[in-house]
Amino acid sequence: MDLPVLNRRLFTAIALILTFLASSGALASAQEQSIVVASTTSTRDSGLFDHILPLFTTKSGIEVRVVAQGTGQALDAGRRGDADVVFVHARAQEEEFVQQGFGVRRFDVMYNDFVLIGPRSDPAGIKGSPDIAVALTSIQSKKAAFVSRGDKSGTHFAELGLWKAAGVDIAAVRGPWYKEIGQGMGAALNTASAMDAYVLSDRATWLAFKNRGGLEIVVEGDKRLFNQYGVMLVNPARHPSVKAEPGQRFIDWLISPEGQQAIGEYNIDGQQLFFPNAKQKRS
Amino acid sequence: MSEGLSAWQLIASGDAALISIVRLSLTITLAAVAVAAVVGLPLGALLALTRFPGRSALVVLINGFMGLPPVVVGLTVYLLLSRSGPLGEFGLLFTPAAMVIAQALLVLPIIAALTRQTIEDLWREYRDELTAMGVGPTGRVATLLWDSRFSLITALLAGFGRAAAEVGTVMIVGGNIEGFTRTMTTTIALETSKGDLPLAMGLGAVLIGLILAINAAAWGLRLWSEQRVA
Amino acid sequence: MMRAALTDLPLILDRVSLSAGPTTMLDRLNLAITPGAPTLVLGPNGAGKTSLLRVCMGLAAPSAGTVNWGGRTDRGLGRRAMLLQKPVMLRRSVAANVAYALAQAGCPRHHRTARTEELLDRVGLLGLAARPARRLSGGEQQRVALARALAREPEILLLDEPTASLDPAATRHVEEIILMASQSGAKIVMASHDLGQVRRLAGDVVFLVRGRLCEHASVGDFFDRPSSVEAAAFIHGELVL
Repeated sequence: MDLPVLNRRLFTAIALILTFLASSGALASAQEQSIVVASTTSTRDSGLFDHILPLFTTKSGIEVRVVAQGTGQALDAGRRGDADVVFVHARAQEEEFVQQGFGVRRFDVMYNDFVLIGPRSDPAGIKGSPDIAVALTSIQSKKAAFVSRGDKSGTHFAELGLWKAAGVDIAAVRGPWYKEIGQGMGAALNTASAMDAYVLSDRATWLAFKNRGGLEIVVEGDKRLFNQYGVMLVNPARHPSVKAEPGQRFIDWLISPEGQQAIGEYNIDGQQLFFPNAKQKRS
Repeated sequence: MSEGLSAWQLIASGDAALISIVRLSLTITLAAVAVAAVVGLPLGALLALTRFPGRSALVVLINGFMGLPPVVVGLTVYLLLSRSGPLGEFGLLFTPAAMVIAQALLVLPIIAALTRQTIEDLWREYRDELTAMGVGPTGRVATLLWDSRFSLITALLAGFGRAAAEVGTVMIVGGNIEGFTRTMTTTIALETSKGDLPLAMGLGAVLIGLILAINAAAWGLRLWSEQRVA
Repeated sequence: MMRAALTDLPLILDRVSLSAGPTTMLDRLNLAITPGAPTLVLGPNGAGKTSLLRVCMGLAAPSAGTVNWGGRTDRGLGRRAMLLQKPVMLRRSVAANVAYALAQAGCPRHHRTARTEELLDRVGLLGLAARPARRLSGGEQQRVALARALAREPEILLLDEPTASLDPAATRHVEEIILMASQSGAKIVMASHDLGQVRRLAGDVVFLVRGRLCEHASVGDFFDRPSSVEAAAFIHGELVL
């Protein structure tokens, strides 16, 4: 009779698969403690985490699982209690997060800068301009193609701030030339590359980006392009599931001389991507 | 994934990160299909063999759910498994288990709907014979599932294909965490966003190759066993 | 076997009608089937032979009237078996088909292999035991189905034109098996439209026309003194509509 045989085989197969799954999950987590860090695409895509996380894990035995999202999304993950640590770059939103009681305390970690990327043909005629406000005004008046993240990420917030600084009410004057794609930095760069459009990017992602096509940096160095990263522990009083102790150890390490040095050392082709600037020492 | 290497070099060198990604992809997908099959095969058979009020509505619902948008499934599972959600206490979000749950939900309607159709057709052929042999309800389900096993393999493959090719749900509920929840499809999405299109394409080719290989193996198995028993 | 206590005989149909929508297959039929020599169900195509057998088997519930199996009216399977006009082979080997029927009939696992061989031997298919059942010829499939029916050790064996599409040699083989079952105590109820076969096998004849019982008589009386015009015409090879 082959039916019982079928059932036995089926159950054996399922049991094997589940065991395999459980064991592979267990292997990944058994060796050490782990924390979930909600961070931005720029820190991951630039390769920074690949450089610094192994150093921290070796020292502490804590595995760091990075979920890379836009800053807005990463802060939301923290609000919902789905991450232990939030590591992002939009100061105003971060401070609000702490103020509302979702984060324990915010620490500066490092900075880099934004750069305005554009096509080599430079239809807005702004290449080499030292003033980002003038450059953006020119893009708007010439209706040169511009790609916006449009995803409430740190870079998106920064871009909106820069339009404001340039005196352009982007919500009012936007037209077909202003393309809001609602996606990550990489997707925005890919889009700009395909359309020969201008786009605001953090320098680290730009340096690590491979599909540049005809794009290059057109504006950089304006002090308004400064891009500060901060880190916060999600409030365990709010979400008891937060792994406060290992999470805080990660934050302490990031702002320690050792962590700061590791950040400063990371480079692509000799070019430094992030500049450590932690001020506070944890008391 | 090491810097500056082409996909082909990675594949040829059996890159450890690549192998672990492929292994995780296969494990998650197979587990999801197994879970969906354990629920979907009997569910489809039951729908084929029973008549109850609301059955038609359920059949339409399941048929329609074959085209469930992955992002919606992902978001739903995310909200359920989130620490702030009803199942938050289990801490499953951003783990492979969450990915298996989400993909199983995605695949379940496909397996259940195709099973129902297959079993219903076979039941029409077998009804008198099985009744005349005095086969009870449980025996019917088992016999019909077993005797349509070759068609059901196709249903399982359809489910497997959907799960293996899918990126939206696993990205949302898995978080694409390196070495933990990063699969072939999320890696392809990631490499695309990094602008490394050749590497993304290369990984895409590996994925397609894997899916083809598994389909070929299933097809071969079917031919071989049909030769023997059908 | 537990079932031995139950009996399906006599099988009594009391004013049984069977209809689907506007079509009437059986029309207020009274019939008693009792132990003894084979009962042959005779009649032109569409007379309701298959419907009668399906009702007797319990495969179809009558639209009106009652069917009584040895005093019981529930359709739950007792010791009856049926050979369908077009038997369906399960997608497995010949032996597995028979073993399946044995399992359903409650034959204990450790007896099944021996019983399967015995049954296959009885229908002359021992040599084909390992072959996929669906690859057999029509006559061979008919015999597999017969083996499956016999696996139930039936008290009543219903057969729906088992030799309709068989050549004379195969027909003789199947008839021998049926006679053997009859001699070992099974009540045979068999639909046929082959008068020669009726003469060879029947104890009594049930003659149906358009869903109605036209005549129920011993085989001698039926052929020698048919009481209805339709039966007389049918016996003489005329078309009965």
